Amino acid sequence: MTEMTMIEAINFTLRQEMEEDENVLILGEDIGRNGGVFRATDGLIDTFGERRVVDTPLAESAIIGTAVGMAVRGLKPVAEIQFLGFIYETMDQIAAQAARIRFRSAGNYHAPMVIRAPYSGGVKTPELHSDSLEALFMHSAGIKVIMPSTPRDAKGLLSAAIADPDPVLFLEPMKLYRALRENVEEKRFKIEVGKANVVKEGSDITLISWGAAMAETKKAVQMLEENGYSIELIDLRTIVPLDEEAIIDSVMKTSRCVIVHEAVKSAGVGAEISAIINEKALFYISAPVLRVTGYDSPYPVATVENDWIPSMDRIVREVKHVWELSLD
Amino acid sequence: MNWIEPNSIDVNPIQQLNEQGVLTGETSISDEDKLEVYKWMVKARRFDELAVKLQRQGRIGTYAPLIGQEAAQVGSAFALGEKDWIFPSYREVGACFVRGTSPSSFFKYAMGHLHGGILKEEGIFPVQIIIGAQALHATGSAWADQYKTNDAVSVAYVGDGATSQGDFHEALNFASVFQLPVIYFVQNNQWAISVPYDKQTNSQSIAQKALAYDMTGVQVDGNDAIAVYETMKQARSLARDGKPVLIEALTHRMGPHTTSDDPSKYRAKEGEEEWGDKDPIFRYRKWLEDMQLWSEEEEQDLNASIEEELKQAFNEAAETTTASLGDALGHVYEKPTNRLKEQILEWEGSGESK
Ligand SMILES: Cc1ncc(C[n+]2csc(CCOP(=O)(O)OP(=O)(O)O)c2C)c(N)n1
Repeated sequence: MTEMTMIEAINFTLRQEMEEDENVLILGEDIGRNGGVFRATDGLIDTFGERRVVDTPLAESAIIGTAVGMAVRGLKPVAEIQFLGFIYETMDQIAAQAARIRFRSAGNYHAPMVIRAPYSGGVKTPELHSDSLEALFMHSAGIKVIMPSTPRDAKGLLSAAIADPDPVLFLEPMKLYRALRENVEEKRFKIEVGKANVVKEGSDITLISWGAAMAETKKAVQMLEENGYSIELIDLRTIVPLDEEAIIDSVMKTSRCVIVHEAVKSAGVGAEISAIINEKALFYISAPVLRVTGYDSPYPVATVENDWIPSMDRIVREVKHVWELSLD
Repeated sequence: MNWIEPNSIDVNPIQQLNEQGVLTGETSISDEDKLEVYKWMVKARRFDELAVKLQRQGRIGTYAPLIGQEAAQVGSAFALGEKDWIFPSYREVGACFVRGTSPSSFFKYAMGHLHGGILKEEGIFPVQIIIGAQALHATGSAWADQYKTNDAVSVAYVGDGATSQGDFHEALNFASVFQLPVIYFVQNNQWAISVPYDKQTNSQSIAQKALAYDMTGVQVDGNDAIAVYETMKQARSLARDGKPVLIEALTHRMGPHTTSDDPSKYRAKEGEEEWGDKDPIFRYRKWLEDMQLWSEEEEQDLNASIEEELKQAFNEAAETTTASLGDALGHVYEKPTNRLKEQILEWEGSGESK
């Protein structure tokens, strides 16, 4: 066991996976000499050289598009998009190429690749650096979407992502890169892609969150528990595939649910979860499913971002609201 | 002042076999291969004619004709090695045939069969619909070969329209920076649906765009199968040494963009005749006949055997049982997600969600 921050865990895992498999290589902007703008790839170039740690020209579509070609031809590229907001540049190569190659070749070709990208607000970035865009990819069948919230999860999930036979988008909450340290096993281990984590059990209300939003959600849970509520907290960890079973099991037990995510509300992952509960557990719930989310605007400027991001106060308020709305 | 002016760049297309079927350049191609190239071109054209006819009869779906581009496609693909990979667009039937796609695969593709997406188990990417996207896949594939020190090149087949796309330029730039064994083979057929070359780009040539990336660029008469073949062979040996190449094959799309397109809306009959005289098959046949390598009788035999082959290929496609939606949904991820499993069951009518 070693104490690691999330960024250290990611760096550690990349190194470990590259040592393990010669076909794993990483590519992206500033990931070599500079070690990545967040140091996720720090020092890797010294160990593995420029052949396996590739500083690419500044072109997102090319980073992903060439990774598709490599992956189909037997390499395991782990590509970095410097900030998730820049992923629009490469939407075609992800959603229309990587995600679809298996389907449109009737299973003949597939692109086992990982795309890592930092996202999340609360760190006062310039425009287009913080947006949470997971819903765009949930809507693009063929790609998996992983969003860890702890150093340990980041390690186990990144290993699993690299081993995965499908293209995986691995979204790293930059706000949590260095927010906490925890003991992480050094040994290689994988956390199953598509399995949510029941962070704590409770009986009154299910709170569902993931990635960056877990931080405020956890604070809210603490506050609520101090106020006498028994909260069941689920960290989804993976958006695609979605662990519907964990969601339904929990909601059937607590009969109430609040979803917290940092992305905008409209057509967000929260809407999907709410619809699933409606389809599969309607008669077990005693209050409408509520969502605490970002507002339906582009991610805002630094001076107002803390009002935009779901805060502990807003979460607490909505949980109390659900409680008041309950039929029983 | 040392301005770099576009008009100081000389671009002269390579031609070996002129429009009258006279060999004006040199060729290393053996007599046997001369005939092979011809047969592939004829097969591509016969397929094309048949596909258009079948589409008109409603027996296959939309089809993108290649007529006029046989020399560019066959000449280039014929120069490749066994292990090379090609990344075609929707118009590359001729190149794909040479590389091993069976005609029935293309019928299946045009009929919307699930397995029409497989042009070959290895070595040929599925048809690319997004203009230019395959330039990057070829680049990545070449990167994989370089990484694994495989002796192979990757070839991206794109049109003139694709050269306006960012992906095309990003691909060239990456290829040059990383010295990848890749060839970008542009069939400049003068049109991107209704937009002519001079509205696509203001450059005098596409070949010259290679200069900006410090890559080798070359323009070749794309209706001259011999020039295309020789150029591609040279490009291949450069690419294998990590010197990527941009080839512009000047050709002409003699037919409509696809079977749903009406070119009379945007192009005049005039200029067309001029291209008719440049027909790639006509000049090649004349050359073969002048060398006494080909006769009218052989021509008839060839056509008869192709006709038979294509008929069988179509029947095979027509008789192929359609895959179910359930089969198709099984190819989204390696293993269907729970949600997909549920949807497959629902579709099969045995799910719980009824
Ligand atoms: C990204 C994208 N934009 C637009 C289209 C629609 N479209 C299909 S073919 C075509 C013209 C392509 O021209 P060119 O690259 O010259 O190839 P050609 O069809 O002449 O072989 C267009 C605009 C598309 N398929 N993909």
